[in-house]
Amino acid sequence: MNKTYRFDTMADLVALAEAEDISLGEVALRHEVALGQLDRDEVLAAMRTRWATMKQSMEVGLAAPQKTMGGLSHGAGQMMAGHRPVLSDAIATGVMARALAVNECSAAMRRIVAAPTAGSSGILPASLWGAQQRLGCEDEAVVMALLAAAALGMVMANRATISGAQGGCMAEVGVSAAMAAGAMAEMAGAPPDVAVHAMALALKNTLGLVCDPIGGYVEVPCIKRNAIFAIHATTAAEMALAGIRSFVPADQVIAAMKEIGDAMPKKLKETSQGGLATTLIGLEVMARRPRVDHVQG
Amino acid sequence: MGGMAPYDSVFSIIGPIMVGPSSSHTAGAARLGGLARALLGGTPVEAELDLHGSFAETGAGHGTDRALVAGLLGFSSGDDRLKDAFEHAREAGIVWKFGTVNLGPDVHPCSVRFVLRAADGEALEMVGSSLGGGAVRITSIQGYDVDISGDYPTLVTVHEDRPGLVQEVSALLSRYAVNIAFMRVARHHRGAHAFMTLEADHDLPPELVTATRAIPGMVSARALPRLA
Repeated sequence: MNKTYRFDTMADLVALAEAEDISLGEVALRHEVALGQLDRDEVLAAMRTRWATMKQSMEVGLAAPQKTMGGLSHGAGQMMAGHRPVLSDAIATGVMARALAVNECSAAMRRIVAAPTAGSSGILPASLWGAQQRLGCEDEAVVMALLAAAALGMVMANRATISGAQGGCMAEVGVSAAMAAGAMAEMAGAPPDVAVHAMALALKNTLGLVCDPIGGYVEVPCIKRNAIFAIHATTAAEMALAGIRSFVPADQVIAAMKEIGDAMPKKLKETSQGGLATTLIGLEVMARRPRVDHVQG
Repeated sequence: MGGMAPYDSVFSIIGPIMVGPSSSHTAGAARLGGLARALLGGTPVEAELDLHGSFAETGAGHGTDRALVAGLLGFSSGDDRLKDAFEHAREAGIVWKFGTVNLGPDVHPCSVRFVLRAADGEALEMVGSSLGGGAVRITSIQGYDVDISGDYPTLVTVHEDRPGLVQEVSALLSRYAVNIAFMRVARHHRGAHAFMTLEADHDLPPELVTATRAIPGMVSARALPRLA
């Protein structure tokens, strides 16, 4: 028995879970307790607080349009929530609305939970809200899903990166969607290896996604991208539940992500010097944005 | 944090609970400001903040400037006052100035150099990086290379480079039952002052810090709390 429940790779994580017939969330919980700062109840309570804050950010964003710093997005979450589904269903549009709402809150300097980052903070709460609606489970199941998501995120963060400035958007929205896919699969009853396939399917299909925010604001394309990749995460989880496997093992997908992130040009890694940021409209926004070296007090 | 994975806790991924819009450019920036404040020993009266890389390019749109100043005021990354940090800083009497700097190609793109002065004349130069998701590293203090995460209570000392001094510090820690997680000693050249950082598993009692300062040859000793 590995008393520290330490895992460096997805293979380690699955092996730990399988060896004791426990979930990914349970491995994460035991790992956190083994760090020696918090006991089991304290870890669960701290995660419950995060889920409560996530729910609050979804409600705040849906209740009123948020004034974002750059003013590039306004009330998208509300608009989506008020829309009668045409091509999907009310839970799917509810997921989209909540992902938009949380990210608008974040862009408006409201309180959110980074998961794993603020720019990608809408995907996990919205996805888990959707899974909870479909599966009809209690908040405690969501708390365990958050722990599973954290375990998957830790491996990606340590083996690759969760910084847009280092790995582009795949390091933020890509990782977030992969965490959500694995966590939702586990919530739906998938064994650990299947949950990791869901994670791999989601991450694999975000490889190469660049970080080129207009005007340097975490708004365009970030806010709408959260809604789109929340649905991407559901697709990956549903495919894994259907028995579809990632041809490339999860750890090799993460290695590819690292390689692609390192090779990605700096102008496409959160510097707003290329891509959407330097389109005609992007440059117009850039021309009127404040500069840090002009701020003085 | 020698040899440790930077993301070792589930709360480094699901968290921090923070004010947006960016974990690296806002929450991480506030945490770096908080560490600089703790190292200085209080609120600065003068602050020069030089932004490097992505911090310089997109900092204003991410609220990096306000978050750094919020940290200097002692606000956490989840504090609603972060948004109005400049107003609070004016009230607190901080005179601040932002600039841009190129710290070199190997420095993390989300980095900042603080040059701070306190009312009592204490001066601090600190370089720190925001690694993503709110995780941070202090990489340099007063020109000495360091590697401090803020995940552990940390003792930072400047002392005469004499035999036995480091052992005396470690004996003190052992007397207060504080276990050392990571430790690092550096100096510019033989005979110069040495610089030590010590990350501990347990909180550092104020008496321990006072006793450390009383060790002959100790120039300064400062305790950094574990970051929220």
